[in-house]
Amino acid sequence: MIAFLRNTWRGLTSMRTALVLLFLLAVAALPGALLPQRSLNSQKVDEYIASHGWWGELLGRLEFYNVYGSVWFSAVYLLLFISLVGCLLPRTLEYARALRGKPVITPRNLSRLPHHHEATVDATPAEVMTAAKKRLRGWRLEEREEDDGGRSISAERGYLRETGNLVFHFAMLGLIVALAVGKMFNYEGQVIVQANGSQFCNVGTLGYDSFRPGLRVDGTDLNPFCVKVDDFSANFLPTGQPDYYRADIEYQSGDDLATGTWRPYQLEVNSPLRTAGDRVYLLSHGYAPTFTVTFPDGQQRTHTTQWRPVNQQTYLSEGATKFDPPGVTDAAERRKRQIAITGLFAPTAVLDGKILGSGFPDLRDPAVAIDVLKGDLGNDSGRGQSIYEVNQDMVDSGRLKRVARENMRPGDQITLDDGTKVSFDGVQRWVYLQVSHDPAQTWVLVFAVLVVFGLGTSLVIKRRRLWVRAVPGKDGTVLLLGGLARTDQAGYGEEFGRVTDDLLAELSPADDRADAVAGRES
Amino acid sequence: MDINHTLSGYSDWCYGIAVGAYVVAMLMYLYEQAFGYRERAAAKKELVGAGGPVVTEEPADEPPSARVGRAERLGKMAVALTTFGALLHFSSLALRGLATGRAPWGNMYEFGATLCLVAVATWLVVLRKYPVRHLGVWVLLPVILLMFLGGVVLYTTAAPVQPALQSYWLVIHVFAIALGSGMVLVPGVVSVLYLLKVRKPEWSGRLPAADVLDQVAYRTTVFAFPIYTAGVVFGAIWAEQSWGRFWGWDPKETVAFIAWVVYAAYLHSRATAGWRGGRAAVINIVGFAAMIFNLFFINLVTTGLHSYAGV
Repeated sequence: MIAFLRNTWRGLTSMRTALVLLFLLAVAALPGALLPQRSLNSQKVDEYIASHGWWGELLGRLEFYNVYGSVWFSAVYLLLFISLVGCLLPRTLEYARALRGKPVITPRNLSRLPHHHEATVDATPAEVMTAAKKRLRGWRLEEREEDDGGRSISAERGYLRETGNLVFHFAMLGLIVALAVGKMFNYEGQVIVQANGSQFCNVGTLGYDSFRPGLRVDGTDLNPFCVKVDDFSANFLPTGQPDYYRADIEYQSGDDLATGTWRPYQLEVNSPLRTAGDRVYLLSHGYAPTFTVTFPDGQQRTHTTQWRPVNQQTYLSEGATKFDPPGVTDAAERRKRQIAITGLFAPTAVLDGKILGSGFPDLRDPAVAIDVLKGDLGNDSGRGQSIYEVNQDMVDSGRLKRVARENMRPGDQITLDDGTKVSFDGVQRWVYLQVSHDPAQTWVLVFAVLVVFGLGTSLVIKRRRLWVRAVPGKDGTVLLLGGLARTDQAGYGEEFGRVTDDLLAELSPADDRADAVAGRES
Repeated sequence: MDINHTLSGYSDWCYGIAVGAYVVAMLMYLYEQAFGYRERAAAKKELVGAGGPVVTEEPADEPPSARVGRAERLGKMAVALTTFGALLHFSSLALRGLATGRAPWGNMYEFGATLCLVAVATWLVVLRKYPVRHLGVWVLLPVILLMFLGGVVLYTTAAPVQPALQSYWLVIHVFAIALGSGMVLVPGVVSVLYLLKVRKPEWSGRLPAADVLDQVAYRTTVFAFPIYTAGVVFGAIWAEQSWGRFWGWDPKETVAFIAWVVYAAYLHSRATAGWRGGRAAVINIVGFAAMIFNLFFINLVTTGLHSYAGV
């Protein structure tokens, strides 16, 4: 049993397994790039399933639309995580030992090493050792007496390579842990706010149009702050390409909430508001036409409801603005007289006959093409409905009838058969804001930076060894040098040659030098 | 910011001439590849047979046949021409930058041009360190293809970029990514040649020794990988600022991650017994394929947040 566990552990932590797991990770991540993902675009997933039949269903059951939260993807990276830990533990111990250890003893036969050189010099072995130590400053050195009266130095350098390597791998571990912590405690919510001084406060999930909590977030303990959107401006190039978006907002958080102080901020695409541990982003914008309905009894209701852009280039938008008749308490009666204004809005109207299109995303010549519907909006059916659409069931069943169709400019008014007046008053801009919270993201950044530095260090620095031996001989001291790089393709030859040249220049007369350099092997 | 159309016109001219220079240089490399080395190798064999040990080391010192001499000259001219092309290529980007008043890698055409310039520059640096000049044809071929594709299919007239791209991170992130992905073109190509050399030696007598190819591939990858990693990290920092999250598995991010994992596997494979050499070369090629896939397929076929890169 223990043998089995040990073998499993060894197998799991071997480099070969790590390699296979890396491949599996790459392969497992791929479907996420090719198939639509729930987290990115839920609607697309539904379309994909609808158009691919049983195959689409099967992919759904196998979690292919939620790759990065799926069991199999998690399994691969968890195994990789364990493999990484198992690889790092022994290596760290070895590294600690190497840090305290001495450079290895000088090999008996230096001429067998990939880099080596031999020369005879006049200096005594002791002088050679002194010169070598001076030249090898910065190397870790160990001087030894040898049996035959010679002396040798073992030198090693480039320990930072392993340091960098370990930093890189530990930073990877840290990064994964920080990501996991983030997934627990983050949240992200989106909300549409009209740019007319409307406010939004981060007090609960109900304030949001959509909200995605982390695994440990229930939406009760959000960081309190409020945002007020005073104005939104956009500039477009003549081609219709956006040039800038800017929302003038005010916000309050912390003590400001008690004192009621508002601080101004210019919210732009690349400059989110960071306050109270949260971030507020300007994601997009749109138009909200204002309609006033004057009911036959003279009562007026004015609504400004956001419509959604259907074309991101021209901002042709669609939507539905819904009215309840005022003062009607009887539910059955109310359901006969509800009004919906639905259709298209164009910031710059282009009419093709009576068909409204938009020619430019900015407000140059706004117009709407609307249907006015009267009857039962289906609000009491108990089913939630989109704010951008009327309930099609009500239209199909005849309970919601079209009573007018008209193209209107701001200020235009139409009168329905029953005397109800509908006017198009103007248009308001809205902004789509996102609030994000991730307490671990600073840690993610720290670890990511360590990953980059660790990687750079471990790939650029070479670990190499050099030995110098001086043995008294007949004509002087025999100087032997040997070098070995401990990393593959290290290109150590040049440096070894430089050390050799410097040492010989220091020890021998000038006329021998040329010979020494020419005879060098590298 | 107004666009200076005169400058952007000059930029287009430089681009075109640079491609032309690369094409001519490629043909010259091809001549050298085809005639220079084989004849030299043949000459070398003969001389060895004659028994001169010195001659084998320095075959160039022997009177070469006229063809070898011409091939040698053409090879040197090809390097000069490649350098000239790279200078024009650089001018093309610089002029576009001046014309638009922003970093000249704001859409796919410009990004492709930057990437190719990095690849050519990397190649010129590699040439100074390794005797692989005649392989220039294999490096310039994909560069020319990419630039042709960029200039004909993906060409975008000089224009400002949209709000999401108006950030200093455009300079940092995109340039780091272009550096990383441009550099790995060289090891990608060289790894293919390595495989050819190892698996089909009878076809590849004129290629350099396998370990030279392996070294070129490894050293260049080792240089490019940290830069690419930094580029991805910069991208995450920018995404946090612009899109509201530092990582969201956007298709481009996903494939960038995949390519990163593949190159990590390449580095690991070189420390694993039984994986060095051929298998490592295959992994390197897969990594480069992932980069190209990310550049074209992801931008042209799928939709994601990176898809505004101007196609």
